[in-house]
Amino acid sequence: MTRKLLTGNSAAAWGARLAQVDYIPAFPITPQTEIIEDLAAWIDRDEMDARLVTLESEHSMITAAGSAASSGVRVFTATSSQGLLYGMEMVYTVAGWRTPFVMVNVSRGLASPITLESDHNDIMAARDSGFLQIHCATCQEIADSILIAYRLAEHPDVRMPAIVNLDGFYLSFTREPVDLAEASKARSFVGEYDPENLQFKGHSPLSQGMAVLGGGPYSYFRYEAHLAVQQALTVYDEIADEFATVFGRRHEMIDCYRMDDAEYVFVMVGSFSTKARDAVDSLRDAGHKVGLLRPRLFRPFPQLQIRQQLQGRRAVAVIDQNISMGMGGVLHSEFATALYGIKDAPLLSSYMGGLGGRDINQQEFFAIADELQKAYECGESPPPRLLYTENEMAEMRKLQAIAQAEHAEIHET
Amino acid sequence: MFRIRFHGRGGQGMKTASRILGTAFFKAGYEVQDAPRYGAERRGAPIFAYVRAARTPINERGIISHPGLVIVADDTLVGMPAAGVTLGMDAHTVLLINTHEPVETWQQRLNTEAKILILEAQEEVEDRAALPYIGSRCAAAAAALTDAISRKFLLAAISEELGHLDQDIIDQNRDIAGSVFDEMAHHAGLVEQSGLPSAQNFTRPEWIDVPFENAQISNLAIHAGATSVKVRTGLWRTMRPVINYQKCSGCAWICSTYCPDGAINVRTDGYPEIDYDHCKGCLVCVAQCPPHAIESIAEHLAREQENGATA
Repeated sequence: MTRKLLTGNSAAAWGARLAQVDYIPAFPITPQTEIIEDLAAWIDRDEMDARLVTLESEHSMITAAGSAASSGVRVFTATSSQGLLYGMEMVYTVAGWRTPFVMVNVSRGLASPITLESDHNDIMAARDSGFLQIHCATCQEIADSILIAYRLAEHPDVRMPAIVNLDGFYLSFTREPVDLAEASKARSFVGEYDPENLQFKGHSPLSQGMAVLGGGPYSYFRYEAHLAVQQALTVYDEIADEFATVFGRRHEMIDCYRMDDAEYVFVMVGSFSTKARDAVDSLRDAGHKVGLLRPRLFRPFPQLQIRQQLQGRRAVAVIDQNISMGMGGVLHSEFATALYGIKDAPLLSSYMGGLGGRDINQQEFFAIADELQKAYECGESPPPRLLYTENEMAEMRKLQAIAQAEHAEIHET
Repeated sequence: MFRIRFHGRGGQGMKTASRILGTAFFKAGYEVQDAPRYGAERRGAPIFAYVRAARTPINERGIISHPGLVIVADDTLVGMPAAGVTLGMDAHTVLLINTHEPVETWQQRLNTEAKILILEAQEEVEDRAALPYIGSRCAAAAAALTDAISRKFLLAAISEELGHLDQDIIDQNRDIAGSVFDEMAHHAGLVEQSGLPSAQNFTRPEWIDVPFENAQISNLAIHAGATSVKVRTGLWRTMRPVINYQKCSGCAWICSTYCPDGAINVRTDGYPEIDYDHCKGCLVCVAQCPPHAIESIAEHLAREQENGATA
């Protein structure tokens, strides 16, 4: 194995290369484009045996990905943010075709206002589509998760497409040491793609993804897709075990850091969770029993495993880098669902931060831990909080003054 | 952990500098994280890149807010607030400036506790956006100042990161980097590593509850006209177009029409005038003017002349 410095985008391209993909429908979008550029360069230099086709939109790109996977080839594609949303009709549609392929999403905040920097509202919009979702915290995890994602997606009990998610900027353009799998080991780990009865060919026509009228058949197909996604929970550990045996790295469906005796827990997904690791270390040094729980697998949602981990803890802070308008943090809702009604459930509080690339600093983690302790002492969770400081508000006021959004109300406050 | 920030202009190679330094640290057995930071900028605009290096895996992410070393490739950026050069600098920071001016001048100009060092600038070039070898020179200086990277690893990193270029260019970069490394050797170890902030007696974030404000206020709209005037893109300029009114035919429309930024206005007397607060120095006007009445001059020279005239 060779350890080298790679950006998150390059690690994603390597993942696709090591998985020996056949077909890559592509459309550029910041901050994902480097993935496609790397793959295109390799194909151009005959270092990779695959066909890359640039499509005219993400809608066509995802259609092409699903269609090609139906014809029995291994497919990879990548997008981000507005691109994922533009292709969203087909995200739901191709999942219903039960075609396995892997798409990387490089998370970037959604318009409006438009931004280039990262948060998780884009990937959360694909939450209910049928795509499996793996969320990465490091560049190493990106390369590894793509290999794992092909195994999960192509598993005969699952056969659903998968998204591997990584954060724009914080991973996409950031180099970190990555231990790249040997090509031969990766090849035998991922194996040949067995398309089973997915044999969509010009010379032997079949109809796929047809309409059904009447709720009975519709309900059947939709529920079967749901069950198929859930099957990924059953087969995940076996695949992760095999990965660990071959490559020496274990990627659990839930990453637990210093959880053994933790009384207070941070919950996060994605690259900002490594900041939470630092905070856990510092808080432990200061005598606080704090841990970090990070779901890597977000669809299917590992509800039982989360319950087992959190039962009996004093208080949990879910830190969401997304916001569901009118509800709040999406992860928080999902954790509330997982924990509601179980014996010895911890108090659960909600923080929203890191929207549009906004940093979350160590002092904020420390303050959250402090609030968890206070919540436990008084037996009640604090109201949800957006991580936002007085200084940020003052800067906002300056912008509003320039934009002349000012009215009497602003001057009064 | 070493925390190092490189500041320069788009095109000067700060991303390359960060990658050379990152690769050199990695070869020296360090865990490394390096990244450029950019948005929708272009050549000439202030950009920065950063490197973290430590003996243990790095969990910290994002912009370095408390740097141990700040390197500035282009001294015109030092006093420019938009470039953010001085962000988070304190008595533990080393500030290295690539400049022709002596350290005393910078100590007088900057009200900072940081230790200021000078990287003796090479012979001046006309277009600062194309400062030659500056990426390798900055990386070499950083490598020497940390005292964590040998000459051998530095040169190997340059060969690796510039591998797509011709061999003679790589060799020149290696030679120049080698001499900068030697030049800085007497400051070896000046750059300090720093740890994580403590969770004991930490400064609490000044969180506020963001109030509800109705759509008259919170709608994403700009009511004021011409707010883009406030973004002084003239700071990105490394070459300055100058109109020679003796040659200008007063055609009244060609340069002003071609200007992609609307930074050339036509005066009431029919002659054009360049708005230097917003001209980015793309020099499209120079290429388009039929009587060749617009010349380009180096921005840093033009500014020196202006400063001389006002002094």
